[in-house]
Amino acid sequence: MEAAHWLVLLMTLVPSSVPQPKDDFQEELVIRPLHSGDIYASFQFRTLWDTDFMRENKVSHYRLFPKSLGQVISKFSVRELHISFTQGYWRTMQWGQPFIPSPPGAELWVWFQDSVTDVDATWKELTNVLSGIFCASLNFIDSTNTVQPSASFKPLGIGNVTDHSFLRYATLPREIVCTENLTPWKKLLPCGSKAGLAVLLKSEKLFHSSFHSQAVHIRSVCQDWQCKTTSWELRQTVNSVFDLHNSGQAKREWSLFKMFSRTLTEACPLASSSKLYIDITDNPQGEQFELSPATSLLSQAVVLGDRRTFSVYDLTQETTFGSVRSLNLLIRWKSNEGEMLRPLLHAERYVAGYGLQTGEIHTLMYNNHPYRSFPVLLLDSVPWYLRLYIHTLSVTSKGKDNKPSYIHYEPSKDRVKPHLLEMLIQLPPNSVTEVTVQFERALLKWTEYPPDPNHGFYVGSSVISSLVPSTVAMDTNSTRERPLFSSFFPCKEESSYFVRIYTEPLLVNLPTPDFSMPYNVICLTCTVVAVGYGSLYNLLTRSFQIEEPNPGLAKRIANVIRKMRGVPPL
Amino acid sequence: CALHVICCNAGQFFSSGHTNNWAVLVCTSRFWFNYRHVANTLSVYRSVKRLGIPDSHIVLMLADDMACNHRNPKPATVFSHKNMELNVYGDDVEVDYRGYEVTVENFLRVLTGRLPPSTPRSKRLLSDDRSNILIYLTGHGGNGFLKFQDSEEISNVELADAFEQMWQKRRYNELLFIIDTCQGASMYERFYSPNIMALASSQVGEDSLSHQPDLAIGVHLMDRYTFYMLEFLEDIHPASKTNMNDLFKVCPKSQCVSTPGHRTDLFLRDPGSVLITDFFGSVRKVELTMDAINLTDPIKQMEENPVNGEEQKEVYSYADQLPVSEIIHQKPKQKDWHPPDGFILGLWTLILLVFFKTYGIKHLKHIF
Repeated sequence: MEAAHWLVLLMTLVPSSVPQPKDDFQEELVIRPLHSGDIYASFQFRTLWDTDFMRENKVSHYRLFPKSLGQVISKFSVRELHISFTQGYWRTMQWGQPFIPSPPGAELWVWFQDSVTDVDATWKELTNVLSGIFCASLNFIDSTNTVQPSASFKPLGIGNVTDHSFLRYATLPREIVCTENLTPWKKLLPCGSKAGLAVLLKSEKLFHSSFHSQAVHIRSVCQDWQCKTTSWELRQTVNSVFDLHNSGQAKREWSLFKMFSRTLTEACPLASSSKLYIDITDNPQGEQFELSPATSLLSQAVVLGDRRTFSVYDLTQETTFGSVRSLNLLIRWKSNEGEMLRPLLHAERYVAGYGLQTGEIHTLMYNNHPYRSFPVLLLDSVPWYLRLYIHTLSVTSKGKDNKPSYIHYEPSKDRVKPHLLEMLIQLPPNSVTEVTVQFERALLKWTEYPPDPNHGFYVGSSVISSLVPSTVAMDTNSTRERPLFSSFFPCKEESSYFVRIYTEPLLVNLPTPDFSMPYNVICLTCTVVAVGYGSLYNLLTRSFQIEEPNPGLAKRIANVIRKMRGVPPL
Repeated sequence: CALHVICCNAGQFFSSGHTNNWAVLVCTSRFWFNYRHVANTLSVYRSVKRLGIPDSHIVLMLADDMACNHRNPKPATVFSHKNMELNVYGDDVEVDYRGYEVTVENFLRVLTGRLPPSTPRSKRLLSDDRSNILIYLTGHGGNGFLKFQDSEEISNVELADAFEQMWQKRRYNELLFIIDTCQGASMYERFYSPNIMALASSQVGEDSLSHQPDLAIGVHLMDRYTFYMLEFLEDIHPASKTNMNDLFKVCPKSQCVSTPGHRTDLFLRDPGSVLITDFFGSVRKVELTMDAINLTDPIKQMEENPVNGEEQKEVYSYADQLPVSEIIHQKPKQKDWHPPDGFILGLWTLILLVFFKTYGIKHLKHIF
């Protein structure tokens, strides 16, 4: 039915002498069993479209590319847009590196085109429009939590010009992700959630996970290896880590049905490729786990500095689904051995100190490589109500002072903009680098407190971008047909790969007034005034008269008789 | 939307006077123990969607997130019946205002239409003078006020004035106002605009009570009035002819413990002739015509620029993600203007000269 619909649409269009902009849709799912027993599932849906959003005649015919995002790109002259919604925190030490990193909460960073004259106004409008599209409170992004990084967040797409005045970055660590964010996200896909891999995206299972992140990435990419023309790429990604011990399974075995409560029955008819990859690098002879139904397709890819082997299930082939017409992968674990490769770069952050006046932010970065050192770029965006004392900033590695080769600091302005601190630090091999800075907590005005101020205030995650040395040669030929999970970050040199890590967000308590105080004061004051002053006034101004008590009935009758007789009353 | 094709009797079409339906559903309470208010709002949302009002015509405001709250033992679900029978959150839900955005100011702005220009369409109430609007409020309330998020209140006077603004701006044809809070009847006492019908779950001086707790989730799931209203609405389908008098009878004192109240004196039509689907559903009326209409020519696609013919001389490339040497030699931009250095020197010279002028020239020879 989809094909017939498409055919009718094609026939009612312009005569074939004018070429249609070509668009292409691919979907893939990578499943990687982790050493801690969890399963990491990464969905990527990519739509490529060679069209030009920036020309004067507006693009009017949308096919696979969603119209709402296309209109956003052309109206706000967006060069790149990256938005992610995450619930949970990625545990690098237990799970390794994710394919697409994201911080807890919502994160939005946008590169605008050079033609934009007022970037701040465009940014404000863009956040409002996106809050409507994704049903999120992105309208809380304003100048108090937006920063303009000077060296981090270089464009991930095509472009030589990198004037950072066209870049804006904001994060909302408090933002909640739930089905109302997944629903519009799913509606952006060409097949929706009705066919292909997106049928597995059931909210009841996805949000019952240790980590869930959904993102949209829009950028320009090379069309082919010559890279003379570009096309727009829209990637929608979902990264989830499921903890199967959580759901009460005693045996270590899982299947697509257990994870997603659905099985796969067909590929999306509009997709040119629809594949399912299972990471079997740690299982070369089948001694760790057993995979069924078996497949003979294998593929190797270099991703995150390592060469991994994958079993591939091609959903566009009828044979993958077998006679039951549905694919339910089953993995049965046999042994518990095997150690995970320690990630080379790892970071933590916490608040030290006591009381509600001062504190200290500590950021720890671990370089686990035995003999190579590499540079990291640390980006910290601290809200204005934590007043940083930059003169107490210290960076130490192995106990000695480690002077950063580049520091960019923009001080905050109360209620206008946050602190921005960017540093390029060289991490020595096999060491821990500690960055500490002291701060003082500000007292907010009483209208600026949220309705639940005793929860605390969030400080967004630090972003650590780094070029980590890789154990195998990375593939720099970025325009060849590669699986989607290995082609997200562009690769310029073979010996290292780019990685971005987010630390934990911080939760700090600010000195919170007692909001019931005005009411209590008014009650107490009025009571004191009424009781105290009122009593005093009465004592001073009242005059007392003696009053005869009322005589009884018998006495009254006797008095009446005595009056009649002329005798004085009783 | 359901289509009612009524042939040959145009007078029957517009007997109710409305052409589109809107719903504004607000839950004003925060914190996990107010789970039932979110469940109330979501159950009305579910009924309204089921009877045909699309998401684009519903403004749903939930002050806190219960479904993905970390205390929820079944994430992404909000149940209305114990033993988890009915998940009113569902798989297809769009919340327009959530969390801290649910404030009195935003609620009144939505009603009166005075929103900042960059507000997206899904957050606006784009009703016209032929819209029937359903407004449902739930939360904690008192005599004459409704509490928003434990930090502010909306009073019945403000609400009545907002409705009057809506009437003067012709933003509704008929309005149905339902409120499920303690002492809810006090909220509709002050209405004075025409064409408003109001229902409340309890009278002044009475508390609205909650229905039943669920032992697995640990909180009360629904309020009584909305629970019985949901049961009543589950029997309604888009073609049903049930009218408002049946809705007034929902939840008598024996079931609700409080006495539900209603107010119809401002409403022009007789409640017995008002269908439930006039407010809860989105019944579209279709007019058949036998005349032929000429369509204009289809829009021709603009000619593509001959990109294929011309050779692109420029080769694109990806940007370097961490260009270390470039970053180290990057000069930070001077944003603030500093006065030139000579200015400071000149200023001090001037000050010194003035000093010596006033206090006598004899000091000057010690300097020069």
